[in-house]
Amino acid sequence: MSTQPPQHEHEESPADGVDDAESTPPAQQRREDAKADKRSRDAQRQAEADDAAKRDEPTRHIKVFRYDPEIEGKQEPRFDDFHVPFEKGMTVLDALIYARDQYDPSLTFRHSCRQAVCGSDAFFVNGDQRLGCKTQLSELDDPVRIEPLPHQEVVKDLVVDMDHFYEEMEAVDPYFDPDETPDGELEEQRQSRENREKVKMSTRCIWCGACFSSCNIAAGDNQYLGPAALNKAYRFAMDDREGESRKTERLETIEQEHGVWRCQTQFSCTNVCPKDIPLTEHIQELKREAVKKNLKFW
Amino acid sequence: MYEHDVIVVGAGGAGLRAAIAADEAGADVAIVSKLHPVRSHTGAAEGGINAALRDADSWEDHAYDTMKGSDYLGDAPAIETLCQDSPYEVIQLEHWGMAFSREEDGRVSQRPFGGLSFPRTTYAGAETGHQLLHTLYEQLVKRGIQVYDEWYVMNLAVTDEERPEDRHCHGVVAYDVQTSEVAGFKARDGVILATGGPGQAFDHTTNAVSCTGDGQAMAYRAGVPLEDMEFIQFHPTTLPSTGVLISEGVRGEGGILYNEEGERFMYERGYANNDGELASRDVVSRAELTEVNEGRGIEDEYVHLDMRHLGEDRIMDRLENILHLAEDFEGADGIEEPMPVKPGQHYAMGGIETDENGETCVGGLYAAGECACASVHGANRLGGNALPELIVLGKRAGYHAAGKEIEEAKVETGKRGEYETATIDSPVELGEGGSPGDAVADGGAVAAGGSADPDTLLEQTVESERQRVDELQSGEDGIHHSEVRSKVQETMTDHVNVFREEEGLKQALRDIREARDEYENVRVMDPSKTFNTDLLQTIETQNLLDLAEAITVGALARKEFRGAHWRAEAQERKDDEWLKHTLLSWNDGSPELWYRPVILEGENKTYEPKVRSY
Repeated sequence: MSTQPPQHEHEESPADGVDDAESTPPAQQRREDAKADKRSRDAQRQAEADDAAKRDEPTRHIKVFRYDPEIEGKQEPRFDDFHVPFEKGMTVLDALIYARDQYDPSLTFRHSCRQAVCGSDAFFVNGDQRLGCKTQLSELDDPVRIEPLPHQEVVKDLVVDMDHFYEEMEAVDPYFDPDETPDGELEEQRQSRENREKVKMSTRCIWCGACFSSCNIAAGDNQYLGPAALNKAYRFAMDDREGESRKTERLETIEQEHGVWRCQTQFSCTNVCPKDIPLTEHIQELKREAVKKNLKFW
Repeated sequence: MYEHDVIVVGAGGAGLRAAIAADEAGADVAIVSKLHPVRSHTGAAEGGINAALRDADSWEDHAYDTMKGSDYLGDAPAIETLCQDSPYEVIQLEHWGMAFSREEDGRVSQRPFGGLSFPRTTYAGAETGHQLLHTLYEQLVKRGIQVYDEWYVMNLAVTDEERPEDRHCHGVVAYDVQTSEVAGFKARDGVILATGGPGQAFDHTTNAVSCTGDGQAMAYRAGVPLEDMEFIQFHPTTLPSTGVLISEGVRGEGGILYNEEGERFMYERGYANNDGELASRDVVSRAELTEVNEGRGIEDEYVHLDMRHLGEDRIMDRLENILHLAEDFEGADGIEEPMPVKPGQHYAMGGIETDENGETCVGGLYAAGECACASVHGANRLGGNALPELIVLGKRAGYHAAGKEIEEAKVETGKRGEYETATIDSPVELGEGGSPGDAVADGGAVAAGGSADPDTLLEQTVESERQRVDELQSGEDGIHHSEVRSKVQETMTDHVNVFREEEGLKQALRDIREARDEYENVRVMDPSKTFNTDLLQTIETQNLLDLAEAITVGALARKEFRGAHWRAEAQERKDDEWLKHTLLSWNDGSPELWYRPVILEGENKTYEPKVRSY
């Protein structure tokens, strides 16, 4: 726990020093006033946080990566320090929201559901890929370093460009595509409980990109499908409802040059997956299935 | 300017299903969404999808249960459409590969849910919404439907005839979050709003941070009435510290609620002598709060939900996701101990007034899903009835907007047919107030000029939204939107919650007025043109102000106890006076209240209001 007095250490608000050539002098003045207002409110909040510290109420220290390609002072990546009052159950996401709403509204990160299902808030927290909403501050040492996911281009602060991840996901025909569908509109395809169980974990993927970011192979080979996309392929290849012919096609897709054989079973993806999907096992099983298929056709 | 036949706003279950349907009908359709589709809040739905799939079940029974659950405020044609179409839509999902839980014989599993006379809730573990959302997105990818993701729709391009019924929607204006570009999206055939609920109007909610009711607020300002907004569902089992939802599936599988004295209060205190924990959600939420208010709550705040007796195997098989949620967000181990739960805002029964084909009274404008009110849920939604609404009414809206022939709607929209006007007993001025005419700071009313030529209209709307962005970023002083938003959320949770009293509701209106006035001076602090979430959230807060006010006005007007709406001054259902929908029209900034009778005549029978006991 930090014994430092809580404060927002980066004194200059990112808005300061912005040279906005288009703003008229009165507008400039209003902005200065607004900044003064904001500084006085920030000061008040810091004073409150100081009081909290004096009363021995715990605060936590987070160091957050900052970058904005068009704002002076943020074009060179830096870390900002924030001290946030700690409450039991507080997550990394809660701390970021507090810092944004109380100290610096320009602090930018994706987040939505707050319950580990939308997959928006994967960050690099104290050196691991983790979901902000699912990571308790109490599990982490101060200062808590929060950075954008490595190996992806940073758009701003903690926001990374997800396009490459989405492209890989879409490269494996990520949709159910059975050899045949039932005739009747109300006729179900039967699926055994065992088969549903087999694909269950693979269907839990929330597309957060933590695995992809943790994978050394994906970092070195820009065309490698990566663990999430291979898991998506597994989800359909192993679903008995699709049929053998489609399965063969799927195995051909994942056997391509930048497919399953690139995986070196380092387990980093499995270790960081917030939904506990056994990604490496799934990739290994796809390799075995591919070998079986090749033997059959040999 | 971008141009398509059909523009769908929002990419959750209803938006995706609508887009797939429009594509199937041959339209060039695109989705514009502030989130990438898989981030949508449909993914958080846990319990399941009600559908009469089995021989021993029937759509008529499903419709009866739904009408009873609605406390006779649902419109029969909409309810019957939902129940008739749901089996087809559920099996359609199965054909698209959705990973439903399975029976021994390989058929999809169904389980009991609150208020249902047959176990017809079709599910995929306790993560049905996640499976549904991803299955639909997969079909979107398969069809190559275009998605403009992380584009935030700021306003609709609607003509400005005097009567909303004469207006027409020609597209939307959106803000590219990545680059700050403001662009027009022209819709040749129709715009479908599928933007979800307004849960963020409350501070203890199961809803995502993104659930800010944007589509509702935009439609309202364009002249479409908001219907039955006072009916807010408070889910009885949410985790106290975060509002994270614990599925009704826990009670469906046999989970039990206990108070501090260890009493199974649903029975022992007589709240629901037949159905106990599986009574309708509003009944259970009131029971829990009554226990807490009478001093039998744990830590004066919550009650216990116990599923230990189900055994680890059954829990792991059917409710595994619940174990993770309770552990990660409340530090409780559901296998070893009871889980703390309390009521939290969960769902809005009301919304944009539509018919059962998703059409609003403004030409070319549709709505589907939680943002819409057809009305299938009336005064209270049954568990397992939200997801079928997304796929059934989403599909119908998609077909209709794309010009595919479907049956004519029986539900009326706009000021047509039978209706009565009313006055609002508000202690403060409602609506625009402050500086009328300052449409920019106040969120923009009907598009400036309102030209009938679609291209000109789009251009004018783009221009006024650009101006709004500029104004917000160079505001006059420095109030941050988060202060305004907190004020609204707090007063809504204090006064417009499970139990509602006249004075509290009036206080909420005063607080919202104050928040509106403060919003006049709101300023976006982040000057950046790259991924400016500060700007986005500032506009969302404006939408929440309109919706919080609409919810509270409805709650104040309806002096009876029906479904999820309880009034201290009138603790009984009054069928003589209140078998009618509440409608609120923006009326160019001076909200106007009116009512329309409920339709209880179904296809083959008339539903007679009965005492709703469980």
